[in-house]
Amino acid sequence: MDEEKFDAIVVGAGPAGSAAALTMARKGLSVVLIERGEYPGAKNVMGGVLYRKMLETLVPNFWEEAPLERPVVEQRMALLSERSAVTAGFKDPALGEPPYNAFTVLRANFDRWFAGKAEEAGAFLLPGMPIEDVVRKDGKVVGVQAFDGSELYADVVVVADGVNSLLAKKMGLRGELRPSEVALAVKQVISLPKETVEQRFNIQDGQGVVMELMGAATGGMVGQAFLYTNRESLSIGVGCLLSEFVKTKKTPYDLLEDLKQHPFVAPLIEGGVAEEYTAHLIPEGGYDTVPQVYGDGFLLAGDAAKFVNVLHREGSNLAMESGRLAGETVAFAKERGDFSAATLRRYREHLDAGFVLRDLHQYRGVPGFMEHNPQFFNFYPQILNEVARDMLTVDGVPKREKERSALRRVLRQRPALRIARDLYGFWRAVR
Amino acid sequence: MKRETLEEKLYTVKFKADTESHLVVKEAKNCVECGNAHGRPCLTFCPANVYEWEGVEEGLAVRYEGCLECGACRIGCPYDNIEWRYPKGALGLTYRIG
Ligand SMILES: Cc1cc2nc3c(=O)[nH]c(=O)nc-3n(C[C@H](O)[C@H](O)[C@H](O)COP(=O)(O)OP(=O)(O)OC[C@H]3O[C@@H](n4cnc5c(N)ncnc54)[C@H](O)[C@@H]3O)c2cc1C
Ligand code: SF4
Ligand code: SF4
Repeated sequence: MDEEKFDAIVVGAGPAGSAAALTMARKGLSVVLIERGEYPGAKNVMGGVLYRKMLETLVPNFWEEAPLERPVVEQRMALLSERSAVTAGFKDPALGEPPYNAFTVLRANFDRWFAGKAEEAGAFLLPGMPIEDVVRKDGKVVGVQAFDGSELYADVVVVADGVNSLLAKKMGLRGELRPSEVALAVKQVISLPKETVEQRFNIQDGQGVVMELMGAATGGMVGQAFLYTNRESLSIGVGCLLSEFVKTKKTPYDLLEDLKQHPFVAPLIEGGVAEEYTAHLIPEGGYDTVPQVYGDGFLLAGDAAKFVNVLHREGSNLAMESGRLAGETVAFAKERGDFSAATLRRYREHLDAGFVLRDLHQYRGVPGFMEHNPQFFNFYPQILNEVARDMLTVDGVPKREKERSALRRVLRQRPALRIARDLYGFWRAVR
Repeated sequence: MKRETLEEKLYTVKFKADTESHLVVKEAKNCVECGNAHGRPCLTFCPANVYEWEGVEEGLAVRYEGCLECGACRIGCPYDNIEWRYPKGALGLTYRIG
């Protein structure tokens, strides 16, 4: 690499980095987008539900060109016991038409396309280039150093290197993550003929279903499983707090296999061909784990800044929005000719005023609540299944008696006061 | 679908192995102590079963070639005993689907 200086260097070509690079390149800044993978997406995994709104801001009518799987017209939730499931859902076929709400995507394809948009706008993509550290001069960040020792310089470095963010750690912005602040997820893509996907999920061409599964789906651990429809495949996966894996000594791959064998899941994937097995972390610590996101010569965006809304399974959209805001802040700083923290703090102000940090702030109690209330992941799904089975079994017992015995069954295992406290705690956490 | 082994799963992933490990055990004695104190959690939570305990003499075997680069062992080791880097250049794993 030569000593040429760029306006901005972006580290990481995920949704956050590509959104930042695209935004800056469009404003005429010289931008290098650096990615450690062989291509953008080569190291990336998500479920994945991609929400329309934030990407549309960056690429209007993106659904006409982006590699998307299916528009989501139905969301289902299933609380599993060992054999059975209590389910709920919402379906509206109108969600399968413009302007849409969300799409399922596969990241190796999607990320390549999105980084390509940044390239089209003039950003220079440099793949296969893990960055080791930032370069500082007089305390200010002035560039990056690659794995081979070579250096590259810019007025601002946008750090968008994802959940592990070795850069944020090296820069002293945060210590090591705690095992209860990240979920470890494994996933598999299972291919099936298009018609089979549509028959099994009761959908048509151009419609998709996403299903979240809890309870026995995670072996009772704090976490969640998912089953999403793609064009000609299904994405199935399960993620739990790393602290839960450490404690229980369950292995992620056995958990995934257990899920695939579950009587509620097995018929949906039957006859499928296992395509690719993947693993990835999700930052789940929420608002209180967000590190300093700006400083002299740098900004942090996406998972690197812990922008994930656990309760609503949102991450890629927060990544894109924070990337866009980072890009706009850098363009503003260039106009001013000042890249110090005093100018770049504008980024944090925009985040605070918008949905990214307002949502995370609202749900700041959720991560701690989940960690300390595992009953929502084992006891409640189990008891709901038992009650549903009792109530729906026609066996000559009068309904009134059934209701009473159901209530007794619940209260025997968890006193009313504890249940009230659980519900109040949950309500507090999401207020 | 038939129950799959981890080997079958890893077979679906494309790896281009680095010539040296990007995962290095810092202190062998921590892994010995970890056995009684914590039950060596890396042996079970690693989604690619990269780590194997070979006994007090041999210590912890690191089959880095099949690492899915998730980062869990960096965070989940009670002794912070794994020095964790990215494989060099575009080496390591390449997801084709993601
Ligand atoms: C199993 C799973 C399911 C999920 N489901 C959803 C979902 O349904 N909907 C949703 O919105 N979100 C979901 N998420 C979260 C979502 O994937 C993330 O929030 C999102 O990818 C964050 O984008 P990012 O750009 O910040 O980070 P990433 O997508 O992780 O991108 C970071 C990039 O930086 C690169 N990189 C890292 N270090 C370096 C370095 N040193 N040098 C150069 N390059 C580097 C990486 O290779 C990567 O390309 C899910 C996550 C997982 C793991
Ligand atoms: S968890 Fe850490 S200390 Fe324990 S065996 Fe694994 S690497 Fe060694
Ligand atoms: S990074 Fe993940 S896959 Fe690789 S050794 Fe560590 S835990 Fe296993």
